[in-house]
Amino acid sequence: MSVIYILLAISIAVAIVFFIAFIFAVKNGQYDDSYTPSVRMLFEDEIVKKDKSDKSILTNKNNTN
Amino acid sequence: MEHKSCFHCGLDCKSSPITYDNKSFCCNGCKTVYEIFTANDLTCYYDLQNAPGATPTEIEGKYDFLNNPSIVEKLLEFDDGKNQIITFYIPHIHCSSCIWILENLSKLHPAINFSVVNFGKKTVRITFNSEETNLKAIVTMLSSIGYEPYISLEDYETGKQKIDRSLIYKLGLAGFSFGNVMLLSFPEYFQVDGFWIDQYKHVFRWLIFAFSIPVVFYSAQDYFISAFKGLRSKILNIDVPIALGISVLFLRSTIEIAFDIGSGFFDSLTGLVFFLLIGKFFQKKTYDFLSFERDYKSYFPIGITKINKDQSEESIQVYKIKKGDRLLIRNEELIPVDCILINGNARIDYSFVTGESNPITKQSGDKLFAGGKQLDGIIEVDVLNSVEQSYLTQLWSNDVFNTNKEAAFTSLTNKISKHFTITILIIATLATGFWLVVDSSIALNVFTAVLIIACPCAIALSAPFTLGNMLRIFGKKKFYLKNANVIEQLAKINTIIFDKTGTITANKQSDINYEGYKLSEIEESVLKSSLRGSNHPLSRSLYNLLKEQNILPLDSFEEHLGKGIEAKYESNQLKIGSAEFVGFNSEATNLTTTVHISSNNKYKGKYTFYNAYRKGISHLFNDLKQHYDLAIISGDNAGEKENLTKLLPTNTKLLFNQKPEDKLEYIDYHQKEGANVLMIGDGLNDAGALAQSNVGIVISENVNVFSPACDAILDASKFENLNEYLSASKKAIQIIKWSFVLSFIYNIVGLYFAVTGQLAPVVAAILMPLSSITIVAFTTLMTNLVGRNLK
Repeated sequence: MSVIYILLAISIAVAIVFFIAFIFAVKNGQYDDSYTPSVRMLFEDEIVKKDKSDKSILTNKNNTN
Repeated sequence: MEHKSCFHCGLDCKSSPITYDNKSFCCNGCKTVYEIFTANDLTCYYDLQNAPGATPTEIEGKYDFLNNPSIVEKLLEFDDGKNQIITFYIPHIHCSSCIWILENLSKLHPAINFSVVNFGKKTVRITFNSEETNLKAIVTMLSSIGYEPYISLEDYETGKQKIDRSLIYKLGLAGFSFGNVMLLSFPEYFQVDGFWIDQYKHVFRWLIFAFSIPVVFYSAQDYFISAFKGLRSKILNIDVPIALGISVLFLRSTIEIAFDIGSGFFDSLTGLVFFLLIGKFFQKKTYDFLSFERDYKSYFPIGITKINKDQSEESIQVYKIKKGDRLLIRNEELIPVDCILINGNARIDYSFVTGESNPITKQSGDKLFAGGKQLDGIIEVDVLNSVEQSYLTQLWSNDVFNTNKEAAFTSLTNKISKHFTITILIIATLATGFWLVVDSSIALNVFTAVLIIACPCAIALSAPFTLGNMLRIFGKKKFYLKNANVIEQLAKINTIIFDKTGTITANKQSDINYEGYKLSEIEESVLKSSLRGSNHPLSRSLYNLLKEQNILPLDSFEEHLGKGIEAKYESNQLKIGSAEFVGFNSEATNLTTTVHISSNNKYKGKYTFYNAYRKGISHLFNDLKQHYDLAIISGDNAGEKENLTKLLPTNTKLLFNQKPEDKLEYIDYHQKEGANVLMIGDGLNDAGALAQSNVGIVISENVNVFSPACDAILDASKFENLNEYLSASKKAIQIIKWSFVLSFIYNIVGLYFAVTGQLAPVVAAILMPLSSITIVAFTTLMTNLVGRNLK
């Protein structure tokens, strides 16, 4: 039953990894505005015109992070 | 008559809709914005929301101060020479279309790299290439599509703020620990005796301890700090029992696991902190929407045009204005300092300062006070005082603004918490004393158990959740409060004082009605041209009404003071003025002001000027009379006294010709007599009175426009529902009291277990979250019910 030490260690380590991810997300400002992203994700991508570069909303979102 | 509404802004197109591309627009401005959007493939703007736009405003010269690099430097968030970042507050942001267009600005202006909207704060953060464009061009572009930013002196001073995210960190940590602690507690819950558990329980217990330490020392630190501060000033606020509970929980649990007496109460501890922080978080979210902390600084412009000795114009910061400078003030601009008029037609609107609705005409050499708005063209002035010494700043420096209203007011929660802490300590001591005599081994157990289970968390949660929910509901009904204390204050009000102009009257101008024969186009043009030459306030109001007509050069024009105007153009001779002047036998004297028109000596009709009172005011006053003392205090003259006496119930006091200081003193006097005063006003001139009263409400036609330091903003359209808002506040307080009762029931059940020494950790772990959740559910349901009854 001493395997429980290993199990505990692994599960706590995983939990802490997620907690650190949470801290990073907060630091990067993800939770500063909890309303606008909910509206933003409903916007549609635009049809790409032949000589204009792709300026869809998704591309802009990648630029945020 | 068919009413078309503008495709862009939704307003009525009135008599002359402009048609373009098969759509109607109310004016050229709206049509231009539509053209801009179609040219740049941005018509998706109109798909997301119906008529989301706003008419672009005239900004000729208004943003010249952005040419000044020192001003620009203070406004920018980031500047590395090539890229600049600025955050603008744009009041018009109100729907998903706004978010869409503002995040697609790069299509309208190629130098803009990127823009992000924060809908809750109504801001947009724009990153642009400073080599290809500048700040002024961006502001001009935003204004041209109807999204003019609101740049104020306040933004200029506070500059970049560091965002405080500590509450989210604390909440996250508490939640993380709570979940893990609960999971790690399971073995001891379900298996009390046995070989296995005896071997491994220490592992679990110390792991639980490790998770709890950051919760106690980081997440809960605000409660300890606040309790300590409270104790130092000899006040027992709500944080004292909470801090006490947390510390007792932690100490007892640590001792228990160290000496292997028991498993400790860490699950209840982390759970308690977690729920409390959720309450705080909810409270904070509710306050973020409308910013109230604006004082005179947000009213003043940042930059003003100064005329140098060599006649060149230069934009300078308002704070740099010195005595003797010559300034150029344009149409619709504010006068920032006390000064002397040098040249130009000065017609100043001082309604913000004195409450007088009619603009004042000044001659060259007259003194102009700060705070007025120039209405008619350009004037040049010589400065007398700098910004800090002006009359307006001194009005705002009045002591009343510096005393913190909140310090004097003990909220309901704090009152209850005082009694709560003392009662609990008494019960704990009594129980301990009893057990010391009967069976001393469990005496300490009982003492700490009582302190642990007596959960003030329900008390700490009911107020934030109830009031927070009420704030949200009020906000939906366009009644925006500064914070939760205002609701408690509103419930205690017994006297209500109203300002007249702008508060109970619909807007600063009169409503003008025409009765008579329709004037031909040429007659209307002649009418307008003749009114233009007259300085009489009625002529100006009428002139503004007839804006769209062409101006004709008149053949002859004569103004007879006190009687009227006579004007001639080609074959049309127009007489405008009083009934006798026009040659009309008027009826018996009526209370309203009228201007009669005759053309070629034939009587045509009359314009009647009404002081338009808000809808439903009679009804509102009659309802309010039953519970409150009412009074109307006005800066205007007593001209409306008869009208008001007819409109309002008999005991209403009416006072006229009151200056701002008089209003403040009146309220102060009544407060000394024991009244709890609610003041309802609309402008800067009421600011002192609003601050002095227990609650100050500002009636606003456009809630995004500047409002002075007040406790609540009520949208003008909801004015007649004032009585319902007041009774809803009272009901909210009642809901809080009922939730206290609920929490007491839980406490009594818990205390039973504690006092009899049977408090197992499991019991505590179940009881505390259960009580918290029930309280939250109860208050939320009840407030939603109250909200549903509000129209």
